[in-house]
Amino acid sequence: MIGVIQFPGSCDERDALDAVKRVAEGRLVWHEETDLSDLDGVIVPGGFSYGDYLRAGAIARFSPAMEVVSRFAANGGAVLGICNGFQVLCEAGLLPGALLPNQGLRFICRQVGLVAEDFKGPFGSGIEPGDLLSIPVKHMSGRYFAPDDELDRMGTNGQIAFRYATGDNPNGSVRDIAGVVNEAGNVLGLMPHPEHAVDPLTGSDDGLALFRALVGAPQATAA
Amino acid sequence: MRAKVLIRPKEGILDPQGKAVERALPALGFEGVHDVRIGRLVELETDDPSKLDALCEKLLANPLIEEFEVELEQ
Repeated sequence: MIGVIQFPGSCDERDALDAVKRVAEGRLVWHEETDLSDLDGVIVPGGFSYGDYLRAGAIARFSPAMEVVSRFAANGGAVLGICNGFQVLCEAGLLPGALLPNQGLRFICRQVGLVAEDFKGPFGSGIEPGDLLSIPVKHMSGRYFAPDDELDRMGTNGQIAFRYATGDNPNGSVRDIAGVVNEAGNVLGLMPHPEHAVDPLTGSDDGLALFRALVGAPQATAA
Repeated sequence: MRAKVLIRPKEGILDPQGKAVERALPALGFEGVHDVRIGRLVELETDDPSKLDALCEKLLANPLIEEFEVELEQ
């Protein structure tokens, strides 16, 4: 069972749930829920949790469900953060770095090319390093940032998961980074929306691989 | 006690808002303005000012990308 967290202001939780249901069972998890013991994996979806007040993701990280998700991740549970979910996971300290307002100060909504890196953890199963995925982005604050020494460390440790294809960096992210994993590899965050790329009818089903990987990830208990 | 917290982008972090304002100024006849940086001001009332720094580090600012300054009003 995959749980998709729903905050006030989330807007992609139903698409994420639909994507999950193409490969496994799933359910929505209201942000005040604290019993996540039935879950084998968690998605923190896109949207504008708590209106993105203060900074994107800054307030959602303190919600009761996120405290449980933090423990779940520490126990090795697989967590996928998409867009606003990526911002929440960075603010919560589950992923390194931060997401800043886009360099061009505009909301961007378009298909981008993503190049998969050789990264650690369960999310790389079904994707080969160098694979090119076509997945849409839609965000205002997607400029990934981490200090240079941290980025070097992450590179050595296999924590850079996806980069925007050459010339396709939409937001000024440092080193073209579109997605990263934590040190253990069980938490993945990315700005592009794999849940909007699960059916050839909408241009691409390249996003499905990540949901299959989430479902196939090693189990942990959501304490 | 009333306090003001000033939060600004850390040095070295690109501030596109500041850049946009900087570029707009000459068009309005304001020459010679450089290094515009845009931050946030948070005003609050607190019973325990000793906790302000911790509160800023935990929520009001993200220390990775922002720096803050606390100003107490007597």
